[in-house]
Amino acid sequence: MKVEARLFATLREGRGKVLGIELPEGATVADLAARLTIGRKDIAILLVGGRDAALDKPLSDGDVVSIFPPVGGG
Amino acid sequence: MYGYNGKILRVNLTDRSIKVEALDEAKARKYIGGRGLGTRMMMDEVDPSVDALSPANKLMIVTGPLTGTATPTGGRYMAVTKSPLTGTIASSNSGGYFGAELKFAGWDAIILEGKASAPVYMNVVDDTVELLDAAPLWGKALSETTDALEAAHGAKARILAIGPAGERLSLLAAIMNDRWRAAGRSGVGAVMGSKNLKAIVVKGSGKVAVADEAALKDAFAVCMRKIKDNGVTGTGLPTYGTAVLVNIINENGVFPTNNFQEAVFDKAEDISGEALAEKYLKKKDPCFRCPIACGRYCEVDDVKGGGPEYETIWAFGGDCGVSSLGEIIKANYWCNEYGLDTISAGATLAAAMELYQRGLVKKADFGDGPALEFGNADSIVEWTKRMGRVEGFGAKLAQGSYRLCESYGVPELSMTVKKQELPAYDPRGIMGHGVQYATSNRGGCHVRGYMISPEILGLPEKLDRLETAGKPGWAKVFQDFTAAIDSVGLCLFTSFAMGADDYAALYNAVCGGGITGADFVTAGERIWNLEKRYNLAAGIGPDQDTLPPRLLEEPVPAGPSKGLVHPLAKMLPEYYSLRGWDAKGVPTEAKLKALGL
Repeated sequence: MKVEARLFATLREGRGKVLGIELPEGATVADLAARLTIGRKDIAILLVGGRDAALDKPLSDGDVVSIFPPVGGG
Repeated sequence: MYGYNGKILRVNLTDRSIKVEALDEAKARKYIGGRGLGTRMMMDEVDPSVDALSPANKLMIVTGPLTGTATPTGGRYMAVTKSPLTGTIASSNSGGYFGAELKFAGWDAIILEGKASAPVYMNVVDDTVELLDAAPLWGKALSETTDALEAAHGAKARILAIGPAGERLSLLAAIMNDRWRAAGRSGVGAVMGSKNLKAIVVKGSGKVAVADEAALKDAFAVCMRKIKDNGVTGTGLPTYGTAVLVNIINENGVFPTNNFQEAVFDKAEDISGEALAEKYLKKKDPCFRCPIACGRYCEVDDVKGGGPEYETIWAFGGDCGVSSLGEIIKANYWCNEYGLDTISAGATLAAAMELYQRGLVKKADFGDGPALEFGNADSIVEWTKRMGRVEGFGAKLAQGSYRLCESYGVPELSMTVKKQELPAYDPRGIMGHGVQYATSNRGGCHVRGYMISPEILGLPEKLDRLETAGKPGWAKVFQDFTAAIDSVGLCLFTSFAMGADDYAALYNAVCGGGITGADFVTAGERIWNLEKRYNLAAGIGPDQDTLPPRLLEEPVPAGPSKGLVHPLAKMLPEYYSLRGWDAKGVPTEAKLKALGL
């Protein structure tokens, strides 16, 4: 399956902004993060389809995953 | 006294009398300072039914006990008055360096009364206070005003001033200090303008007395460690400023777009904090004693200066459908120059754009100006200038979106609460934040209880933004806690990292005394209830604890919050009950008594 990873702020460094990632069936958000070499402590906000998600959430083909490091408020 | 200077400067602009008064210590302890003390003094001195732009209203510039001390972000002041925009009590907070300088000059607060017969400005050098002719400054924008006053009084002077918007009584006028810091909201700049007061210049040579220097050193170290270790205050805000929220809020599907007609902006990336850092950011611009330094300094073409903040980028960007970050920076610049609240200014342009979209405003109404249509980047700059100068159709804009939409018979198109423009978060997808918007004592506002922190950012813990259960209680606690922080003289952003006990420790070290974190929050609750009482006496009743009809009735059309409206009616009874108010939303005698009111 293929998912879209959207990265923000410092997580873009060396990785890019929007990435199409092929993952095996049954892969979770944690697997995606590992593929992108993003450590757990660098993930502050994690959304799948714009909704809060946990690292163990299984992904489906076409999912959009947004990952933010600890960032700001306004 | 420690922390407090013990002195209030009372200036009557009508008869030009200048008096020194002792700070009422018991009152100061009970209401802390800043927002709380200012509200208490307003309640004691100004009839809540007064016309906000009449000489009978007063404008109070109030510091907190930690303002000007060696505490993280200890430089804030509050402008407290009755708001001409909302009719409620108003207290607008600002950073920079002015507040600390006022403490160094020996004052806790300035109370401004009456109305000068001709434009004046005030010069304060420690105990020496004089009113001077401001005729040469009247009509001048912030840069020119500040340059002239620095030339006259020295570059070390700290300057607070209004621009043409305040002079001409725009209800969106801010009080500016240190060039581009703003006590932005609720039209406080118009109150200053109504008094014919252009500026306050301050130079101080003293320092704030501290009760226990060793305890302060310890508490300071603890707080600094927390601020540095926290991802938001230690890394996120220093690196990207507040603008990093553009992508976060948009990805959550709660980024109000085209006057809240949509909640996802497809060009958010173009106006994001990441884009700002890459293209326009020149340096950080921190306030007094701030270890966070979220302030930005940007340049584009011939424009340079402070900002823009997240809320500003949203107001002129997504809310107006504009994706040119350069033009947004220019609109921000003109807000600072003319002294306009960037949130209400941008959101009012967005409302005008919807009026034009619906054919209610005609092209001819714009005269020789560009049409205000969603996505038109040139129009936001030009109309910000005309709004700031209060000229032509800009004079209508300068009264804010509620009065603008009302004049076309459609007040429901104004995205306001209590006539003040809502900030950059669509509450249809953030349930607790919606309760906080509806119940805010100064109308549409995000910093009266920043529920975005738990509901989006996950601080102090992550809440599901779509859940309603428990949220009224969270909103109440955030509101009370915030009221106390706004009163003590620190920046609200410290609360991403610090808890109530930390503020109590700083307060005790500076002021002496043994308050607990719980006492600190209770003081905030007392202040909240006092504000509510002022509003009720001003005729702003619980019927105004609501949201614009669009947010209650029209489902979000697309994106992650698709199909949602805000279920306010389901949540308000619990909020009132937790506040100890009656079912109609009025504080009960028992509650007021328990809080010592």
